[in-house]
Amino acid sequence: MAFNYDKYLRLEKMPTLWCWGCGDGVILKAFIRAIDKMGISQDDVCVVSGIGCSGRFSSYVDFNTVHTTHGRTTAYATGIKLMNPDKLVVCVAGDGDALAIGGNHTIHACRRNIDMTMIVINNFIYGLTNSQTSPTTPKGMWTVSQKAGNIDPTFDTCDLAIASGASFVARESMLDPKKLEKVMIKAMEHRGFSMMEVLSNCHINLGRKNKMVSAMENLEWIDNITVAKKKYDAMTPEEQLNLLPTGILKQDTEADEYCDMYAEIQKVHQGQRGKITQDDFEKKI
Amino acid sequence: MATREIISTGNELAAIAAVDAGCMFFGGYPLTPSSEVMHVISDLLPAKGGVAIQMEDEIAGICCVIGAAMSGVRALTATSGPGMSLKAENLGLAQMAEVPLVCVNVMRGGPSTGLPTRVSQGDISQSKNPSHGDYKSITLCAGSLAECYTEVVRAFNIADRFMQPVIVLLDETIGHMHGKAELPTLEEVEAGIKPRKTFDGPAEEYFPYQCEHDEPAVLNPMFKGYRYHFTGLHHDKNGFPTEEIETCRKLIQRLEDKVELHKDEIESYEEFMMDDAEIMIVAYGSVSLAAKEAIRHLRADGIKAGLFRPITIWPSPAEKIKEYTDKIEKVLVVELNIGQFHSEVQRAAARLDIDGLFKVNGRPLSPHEIVTKVKEL
Repeated sequence: MAFNYDKYLRLEKMPTLWCWGCGDGVILKAFIRAIDKMGISQDDVCVVSGIGCSGRFSSYVDFNTVHTTHGRTTAYATGIKLMNPDKLVVCVAGDGDALAIGGNHTIHACRRNIDMTMIVINNFIYGLTNSQTSPTTPKGMWTVSQKAGNIDPTFDTCDLAIASGASFVARESMLDPKKLEKVMIKAMEHRGFSMMEVLSNCHINLGRKNKMVSAMENLEWIDNITVAKKKYDAMTPEEQLNLLPTGILKQDTEADEYCDMYAEIQKVHQGQRGKITQDDFEKKI
Repeated sequence: MATREIISTGNELAAIAAVDAGCMFFGGYPLTPSSEVMHVISDLLPAKGGVAIQMEDEIAGICCVIGAAMSGVRALTATSGPGMSLKAENLGLAQMAEVPLVCVNVMRGGPSTGLPTRVSQGDISQSKNPSHGDYKSITLCAGSLAECYTEVVRAFNIADRFMQPVIVLLDETIGHMHGKAELPTLEEVEAGIKPRKTFDGPAEEYFPYQCEHDEPAVLNPMFKGYRYHFTGLHHDKNGFPTEEIETCRKLIQRLEDKVELHKDEIESYEEFMMDDAEIMIVAYGSVSLAAKEAIRHLRADGIKAGLFRPITIWPSPAEKIKEYTDKIEKVLVVELNIGQFHSEVQRAAARLDIDGLFKVNGRPLSPHEIVTKVKEL
């Protein structure tokens, strides 16, 4: 029997505001199936979204939902999580959200390794607001704010998350929803900060001016720029150029999680243990 | 009425007050001259099972406070002018989504980085409208060490009553002042805690933003079976984004009216030697302490001066101000800015001849300066 999404959707909000053929709906469905498989009560989940097309994600799903200001998902989620450490907190952000205006928040949420999942829907463009350059827009592409061609170097979401200390980092695209669902489950089950980048299409506002006028052409481009991590790792640096590895790129189950560490702070102040010192940590600096 | 005495600073008293008022979360960023609030509360909160976190910037500081408050707890942030400027965006979201929180602003010289370690009252105008759009800010101002405590406690109760941020203004002088404060007992404070309203009927009958035209939203804690939506967009009774004309109009009008039509619940001021006053000094915060001293000197010289001290700055006690300015000719507003509350007194009085004594060099106003100015009137 086909999966019934109705239980998790706010049906009165359908149809979504997303364009025909948009990948966001595929990602939303994968997320719902992942939550269903995990068997978590809807009451125990909080979805926090930012601004942009991905920002509307939170209003379509029937959980505790927060639509925040631009780029600030992890900062809001940090307050929610610290006060409710046993609940599942998931941030949904776009590439502009997570890497431009909210870059600092993303870096520091990774660094704290606080237990939440950040789904970054990367469509390589500011789609909602008509094609402005995002930090992931490939160089040389047309954007409405750089009509002569984008000259800005790109951010790699996953490299940034790894360098910033996230303990789980994965990248998938919406081309393989089944695999996306599986990796999402691993991301959400991971105790610590999990960065889940999902590459998606925006044939309307990225593709139209960059020779990918249909969803299929845009998706074909995504298919061409992605390669499974195992294959990627076997490549030479020259072959790796212009490719993005997919799959689980980092998984560290030993890293200290922030809520757990804060519980130790509480113990110190409640006289249940001595002060935390450098000796409590394997890595001193 | 039983009281207790604590020897402390204004900033420390603000932190203690928050914890006594049931605050369980603090988020912030170091910002002179407010940082001691964070220093103190970062010890107090974990001891009682709460959380204090230093975030990556001022913006994140208020965002995590809003998040914690959305989930259902009392939450505090503290900062100074430059931090208020950065927090403005998300104070706007808290106004729009009706999330209660308390924001202590220990005022220093501005604009911009200004005079980081010196006193000012330059954030009076900012606190009226920190963010863009229409809403009614609530701002309280402590005029003594004891009020650094009592106004923070009051702020939490007002925030939960009106479901919005409440700003508590201290200034550098009050924040760093060290001395004895006579405070209400902890039992009295705890007995006075009025938590936010919640809905306990069936979830399908719960509409968080469906309320009377002059009442705040009823926002249940998260994770308790009442799933709804927070947004900074115009929203309907369930909190979902809408552009429906009448819904949008009603929402913004309600944000105004829930405060404006109930400002008697917020209004607070002190009248000092006003019974027979022929000259009215208007001052607030640390300046009011100098003004009281000045009034004692003036009275000794036979000049009948009195002090009107607004404790609730926004919405201002405009009617009370007018009552006085209608019968007292000589009115002097004394403040550490160039007339930010002076213009409010002129508005309330509907008079353009209100005198002012202003100072903006980071130094406090002395009683002597006030005495001299009053004698020139």
